[in-house]
Amino acid sequence: MSDRRSTRRRLLAGPYIVWMVLFTLVPLAMIFVYGFTAPQGGLTMANILAVGQKENLKALLLSLKLSLLCTVICLLLAYPLAMILRSNTKSSASLIVFIFILPMWMNFLLRTLAWQILLENNGVINTVLTFFGLPKAKMINTEGAIVLGMVYNYLPFMVLPLYNVLTKIDDSIFEAARDLGANSFWTFVRVTVPLSVPGIISGITMVFVPALTTFVISDLLGGGKILLIGNVIEQKFTTTYNWNVGSGLSIVLMIFVIGSMAVLQIFDKDGEGTAL
Amino acid sequence: MSDHLIDLVDISKSFDGQLVLDEMNLYIRENEFVTLLGPSGCGKTTTLRIIGGFETPDTGKVLFNGADITGLPAYKRQLNTVFQRYALFPHLTIAENIAFGLKIKKKSRDYIRDKIKYSLKLVNLEGYEDRMPDSLSGGQQQRIAIARAIVNEPKVLLLDEPLGALDLKLRQEMQYELIRLKNEIGITFIYVTHDQEEALTMSDTIVVMNQGYIQQIGTPEAIYNEPENAFVADFIGDSNILDGIMIQDRLVEILGTRMACVDAGFGLNKPVDVVIRPEDVELTGPGEGAMDGVVTSVIFKGVHYEMEVEANGFEWLVQSTHMHEVGAHVGLRVEPDNIQIMNKPESEDEKAVELDV
Repeated sequence: MSDRRSTRRRLLAGPYIVWMVLFTLVPLAMIFVYGFTAPQGGLTMANILAVGQKENLKALLLSLKLSLLCTVICLLLAYPLAMILRSNTKSSASLIVFIFILPMWMNFLLRTLAWQILLENNGVINTVLTFFGLPKAKMINTEGAIVLGMVYNYLPFMVLPLYNVLTKIDDSIFEAARDLGANSFWTFVRVTVPLSVPGIISGITMVFVPALTTFVISDLLGGGKILLIGNVIEQKFTTTYNWNVGSGLSIVLMIFVIGSMAVLQIFDKDGEGTAL
Repeated sequence: MSDHLIDLVDISKSFDGQLVLDEMNLYIRENEFVTLLGPSGCGKTTTLRIIGGFETPDTGKVLFNGADITGLPAYKRQLNTVFQRYALFPHLTIAENIAFGLKIKKKSRDYIRDKIKYSLKLVNLEGYEDRMPDSLSGGQQQRIAIARAIVNEPKVLLLDEPLGALDLKLRQEMQYELIRLKNEIGITFIYVTHDQEEALTMSDTIVVMNQGYIQQIGTPEAIYNEPENAFVADFIGDSNILDGIMIQDRLVEILGTRMACVDAGFGLNKPVDVVIRPEDVELTGPGEGAMDGVVTSVIFKGVHYEMEVEANGFEWLVQSTHMHEVGAHVGLRVEPDNIQIMNKPESEDEKAVELDV
């Protein structure tokens, strides 16, 4: 009786297993097959080692630099906002969150294209600058423009986990800190920050990983002149049709992603950060 | 002034237009165990939070040793709080929790270590230094919260329903613990509770509050034996509260029966409230007491039986070690000094206070 029930229950998981096999495991296996084989056949490490080539390495380092910068800026912007949200009443906090998330309902590509129009040499911002007799600023196709696009797109992913973790802390914890002689600064350093570590970890993961692997933002705001590792991989697949090197570089990027998450796990003892 | 440690002067506070404290005046002496007692929403916790510096009164002043500390932030006050839900720092060990205040004050490493040891011994939790708060039971966490507070050697310890989340047996144990602690460290305790038994057991002084007003201040004995109004009588212990008429000094008419009492000075034929504790009603044979009645219910309570007796149209609550069957005809007698006479509430405000119970 119970055997049959558990068999039926297992059947319910069927669609998900099929989904995972078809769209996660098979593609992953394909990447590994392509990554470790030469176009002519036969095992090789050349595709992995291709990351050592000058332009690939440059793209990877630039990706790391810009995504780290984006993560730091997001953290610095999001933490105060999450604190403000926490101290607000439920209704006004959810209104602010709503306004904040509103642009996210618009397609990601459209929002990034909008920035292109704002930043262009003859775009909205430069038009305004010229109108006031100010010199034009070179904004589009710079690293700064890419970081701006990353921060704009990924900031909500930093705010939400921080807000979640901060609202879970009972008010009396902060009162206890004040009661024991801690002013606002010490309360923040000794209590607020340590208790929000899971949210910080989660936010960093959710901002750093997509920023590291993006190619759309750098395409649209970097004008194809600034190549990130994502752009290099994209080109291997779509322009030069070298799926083997593209897969090899993807594996390298995967190692960086998994490695950075492993480092973050050390700080997140309870594993709460990955729960989100 | 002299021995007052804390003075609350004309304190008023409202939240969202709701008046919680109305021009309250209260002083607390050095080395006193004061309990603020009342039903939820009576303003007792707000009073404590104003003393602790977590709320600012709308009007009025808080004096500490005669100095105005109304605007002083919580972290600069010489008092510490034990919170209702412990509020231990979940990311710190027990030792780090206790050391929190001392580290902020930049005490030496040796001093802190000795203090942790001493305070853990004081609350009977030696050897718990390296445990995390969530591995402790509720009672143990509350002891740590107390240790964390007293290790800073405050002049006053504020306790906000610290035993509220514990079960009955533990609560009773902790009451004796707290009395012992208070005697050992010799500081002022200000304790907030809605539990009258806790208040009676531990306090030197009880402040009974309701709807933002202080109803009575006194020793546990005075509060229990001589409640000043019907609210206090009803809130502290069980009681029979009846309408009466003070015929003359030492003679009161209750339910059409004249009974001797010991109170005087109310005037002639004055309507009053009369309180008679259930343990003070003696049951006699029919015709032998002041009035006759019929037992309508009996419940065994362990130490005594609790009976309801219908007499002269009033349902009397009676506690006695002798059981009388339901339906039995009995007489009721009350010793004159067990009849407590109180003035009727004068204002509509005070009346509302009564009806709320």
